[in-house]
Amino acid sequence: MRSDPAEYQLIAPGTVAEVIRRLADEPGGWLPIAGGTDVMVQYAAGKLSARRLISIANLPELRGIEVLPHEIRIGACSTYTQIREHKVVTEEFPLLARAARWTGGVANQNRGTLGGNIVNASPAADSLPALLVYEANLILISVRGLRTVPYLGFHTGYKKMQLAPDELIQSVCLPRCYSGYLHYARKVGARNAQAISKVCVAALGKLRESRAVDVRVALGSVAPVPIRLDEIERVAIDKPLETDVIARCRAAVVRAIQPIDDVRSSARYRSAVAGNLVVEFLEQLLASGKTT
Amino acid sequence: MTDERVVGKRVLRKEGRDKVTGAAKYIDDIVMEGMLYGATVRSHVSRGIISKISFDPEFDWTDFVIVTAKDIAGKNCIALISEDQPCLAAQRINHPEEPILLLAHEDAHVVRKAVDRVLIEYEPLPAIYSIEESERQSETIWGTDNVFKTFLIEKGDVDGVWEKADFIVEGEYVTGAQEQLYIENNGMIAKFDEVHGLTVWGSLQCPYYVHKALMGLCNLPSEKVRVVQAETGGAFGGKEEYPSMIAGHAALLAMKSRRPVKLIYDRLEDMTATTKRHPSRTRHRTAVNRTGEILGGEIEFTIDGGAYATLSSVVLSRGTIHAGGPYHWPNVRIRGKAVATNAPPHGAFRGFGAPQSIFAMERHMERIAKTVGVSPVEIRRRNFLKPRQTTTTEQVVREEIDLGQLLDRGLELSSYSAKKAQFTKENHGSGIKRGIGIATFLHGAGFTGSGERYLASVVGVECSADGQVCVMVSSTEFGQGTNTVLCQIAAEALALPYEAVRIAQPDTSQVPNSGPTVASRTAMIVGSLVRSAALGIKQTLIGSGQLREQYSSQEFRAACQNHIEQHGSLKSFARYDPPEGVFWDDVKYRGEAYAAFAWAVYIAEVAIDVCTYNVSVQDFVALQEVGRVLHPVLAEGQIAGGVAQGIGFALYEKVIWDKGRMQNGQMTNYIMPTSADLPLIRVFFEEMGNIHGPHGAKGIGELPMDGPAPAILNAIEDALGVAFDSVPLMPEDVFEAVSKTLDNSLAATGDGER
Amino acid sequence: MNSPARIARNCEVSLTVNGRTETVRAFPMERLLDVLRRDLGLTGAKEGCGEGECGSCSVLMNGEVVNSCLIPILQAAGTTLITIEGLAAGPHLSQLQTAFLECGGSQCGICTPGMILAAHNLLSKNPEPTLGEIREALAGNLCRCTGYMQIFEAVLQAAQRVKGA
Repeated sequence: MRSDPAEYQLIAPGTVAEVIRRLADEPGGWLPIAGGTDVMVQYAAGKLSARRLISIANLPELRGIEVLPHEIRIGACSTYTQIREHKVVTEEFPLLARAARWTGGVANQNRGTLGGNIVNASPAADSLPALLVYEANLILISVRGLRTVPYLGFHTGYKKMQLAPDELIQSVCLPRCYSGYLHYARKVGARNAQAISKVCVAALGKLRESRAVDVRVALGSVAPVPIRLDEIERVAIDKPLETDVIARCRAAVVRAIQPIDDVRSSARYRSAVAGNLVVEFLEQLLASGKTT
Repeated sequence: MTDERVVGKRVLRKEGRDKVTGAAKYIDDIVMEGMLYGATVRSHVSRGIISKISFDPEFDWTDFVIVTAKDIAGKNCIALISEDQPCLAAQRINHPEEPILLLAHEDAHVVRKAVDRVLIEYEPLPAIYSIEESERQSETIWGTDNVFKTFLIEKGDVDGVWEKADFIVEGEYVTGAQEQLYIENNGMIAKFDEVHGLTVWGSLQCPYYVHKALMGLCNLPSEKVRVVQAETGGAFGGKEEYPSMIAGHAALLAMKSRRPVKLIYDRLEDMTATTKRHPSRTRHRTAVNRTGEILGGEIEFTIDGGAYATLSSVVLSRGTIHAGGPYHWPNVRIRGKAVATNAPPHGAFRGFGAPQSIFAMERHMERIAKTVGVSPVEIRRRNFLKPRQTTTTEQVVREEIDLGQLLDRGLELSSYSAKKAQFTKENHGSGIKRGIGIATFLHGAGFTGSGERYLASVVGVECSADGQVCVMVSSTEFGQGTNTVLCQIAAEALALPYEAVRIAQPDTSQVPNSGPTVASRTAMIVGSLVRSAALGIKQTLIGSGQLREQYSSQEFRAACQNHIEQHGSLKSFARYDPPEGVFWDDVKYRGEAYAAFAWAVYIAEVAIDVCTYNVSVQDFVALQEVGRVLHPVLAEGQIAGGVAQGIGFALYEKVIWDKGRMQNGQMTNYIMPTSADLPLIRVFFEEMGNIHGPHGAKGIGELPMDGPAPAILNAIEDALGVAFDSVPLMPEDVFEAVSKTLDNSLAATGDGER
Repeated sequence: MNSPARIARNCEVSLTVNGRTETVRAFPMERLLDVLRRDLGLTGAKEGCGEGECGSCSVLMNGEVVNSCLIPILQAAGTTLITIEGLAAGPHLSQLQTAFLECGGSQCGICTPGMILAAHNLLSKNPEPTLGEIREALAGNLCRCTGYMQIFEAVLQAAQRVKGA
């Protein structure tokens, strides 16, 4: 353990009102900690620069999954376990449920939170591509009240996001409008469990008579932030999904991403596999049309 | 065999209850009054000269114990084989993370912080990082030519085979470093006072290795050094030699402070600073006849030893001797070489050179098969050693082993032919390519050649007045079943229940030196001695008329009590006696290399996802002839665990190096298989007996490490038609090869679109 | 001296551990793992990696398996913990502990406490798991010795015995 606990402050106010008041009084002075599955790893490695932490793990206002007629609201401090076990999530948002299952092992899923995944902003975060294609909205809370921002565009650069220093994510809202879609997700990692992704894809597609009327593709681990591939969507929509369209999509993937060489993988591999996965999705989409 | 009551039975692990209840005490679980916590300040350069050491004046250094090379009372080296490795670098640095200075403080967090506050300046020197760089000798970093050791094995007339050959097949095969990754990091506690001397407790395999190293380092006589093994959470060779270093460090701090000192590594320190499997490069050049029989060949086996000699000569020895596999070589020349690079010294890891050279041999057999136009099955069948033939070191195969039959059984168990046909048919147009591959090999148990004679192991058995039996060995338990198996053997020999026998904690002040717990020697060599010593007890009691040939537990107890009343104690010792008619020439490297070989056929089935290039092992058959299975559950567990490490060696475990320093020294980025990654590993045994082992047992601990990597790469070649000749093989490597093959075939057909 | 301000160990945390209420005094950011081992003498939970990868620090918190190396003690306040020491009822081992012994699920033993707790947690939620479900439930507990085969056998055996009971 490469940090000295004596140098760290951690407080746990019992309500979200108290927490946001503290954050407002000292913007940037307190680092929120939810499940701790990212923060505590940095801490143990001696790499946590923040010295004052504020726990938001048990705040009832940030927990719970609310099912409304047109959307579900996932409390930012919902754990991956709660997300993966929730009936409406598994039925209507399988890509998010799957991502929750892929994140670490069961012990980390019992503690890690969706809000933590968003704010930690790893380019390899498992849930974020799903949020991009489901077009999630984030409800942010501060002493100034609530505001809603689309998740698309929330992350503006590596570890940079549209979150004020005194704001918390209160909940993640997903519109309940994806029945009739093909949901596709794959994570490519170094092993079948407990792996940081080398490439991950989340995609949605809807066909009408073998034409794609809606195609959404998002990738993680191939850019400083998870990205929606707008170009693919332009190429693929409203055309029959034939070989040449699919090939142009592959080329569009390669153009859109900026994968790197790092300790886990290579840029060339990431690029090729990202292309392969998007092609696999489109081929599955095409095949799904043929079976109906 | 059939009337054995304990050996061959599924008795419960001797220390198992403590393990499943959390009562087992590993070194970090132990706390002593007044204990200080230690930390090691290590080099940031790969090679250089220390020009200045200073202590950050902004840091509070009161209450710190500081130890440098100047504090070493004896010789500043970790005595092993050569005496080239310093305990603490005084001036010259030869690898990253080389230990320079030691700190201790009451607060473990404070001592950790202090490490970064020791400011060391270096004059860097050019460093070398690969076998090829070492061979080029652009820098000489060790001795006169960077070579730790060479071996030459020559049999027959190699130079005459080339003109007779119908085919000459060449190949180069490479294996990377591998981290042992025991789940319990290295750790020690040391304590010193003038009266008792030095005591060290720790996570270790070889208490007497540590004992010897500490005597020299601390300038203490044998009776003033005591080494005790704590419960050890995995070792795999990674705690064979390294513990002498960390024990030395803890001892120095304890001697300077006169307080107990605990020195425990965290995962990053353990991975970056301690030993790994030797990287290797093997070159084969083989003369083969029309039907695929080996006429002869040359093998060049080279290993990267890192910065100091440590055990490289012995790893080299085993790798060199195993380089020819289970095949008949009428003529062969094998050159083994261990070279120096500026990495932390590489060391013992299960298999100890054999996984490296056997990987090469088994991949090379595939190449020979393809060249000759014969199947992987046939090429092996035609070359297998037969009884009364000789190995590459001219050791006569004295047992009636029928490797062809073993292979047949393996093929049947794995449904090899049916699967091969099925995969050939189904792979076309499939997104998953399947393949099946074979590895056949042997593994010698015990120390090589004259090694066991030199060790001269001693074992003791003592009985108490209540008829309880205590086995006294320095052989350690670290999961492989030492405690259980040795107690089984003693119980069987004395015709007593398993529960009546216990085993003493390995403590150099209490137990004799039965040699290190390595080389798959414990069951076979030490077990034989335990049996002898136990029989010695029986002979003593029967011989003095206190016991009849057949007796009950109560009668045994009474006899012990009587004997002890009359004589004070009841002990029996057995010393290793080299078997008759066994010769080994250390100079020519010829003769009976090992007392026994175990033989194996491993078959791996793989599936490759063409989308992600991930390779997964779908089925694994591990079939081996092991003399005798002393404990079915333990034996199966050893094989399954070894296969899992072998699968890791092949497909998952890559050490990423940058200038001699491991860059992925965390479990997030050094990838070992989880429960979600491994197939069912199907383990099968054959038992032919063994005259040198108790109840016919041979050593099996390291054997399973040799087969998986080549079997898997053979299966991948079967699936993809692409030959990979180095491990670890990552999806990125598969991608590069497949895309190159694709580019080549697209170029050939002129078709630019996929 | 510019040493950083040392905050007093002024955080008092109460939690239930193996059925007993325990109150500890610690820095709020001390890891639950360290408090268990050092202050409560419960050394069954181990540090294998310090980053939530190996699972050898696993304990049950409010009925869920968690990695105690990643939990600040303050966040464990008011929770109910079960550690490996709390599984056996006096001299009687649980079915899982017995199965691990009989099937060879424990070799060096360092992963065993975490592994048994994770398996215990699985069986409490899913009394008849398939092999696939066992693999997934234990994927966060690394074992270097067994290759997992005999661990799977132990879990299946325990499940069967509990069912038959």
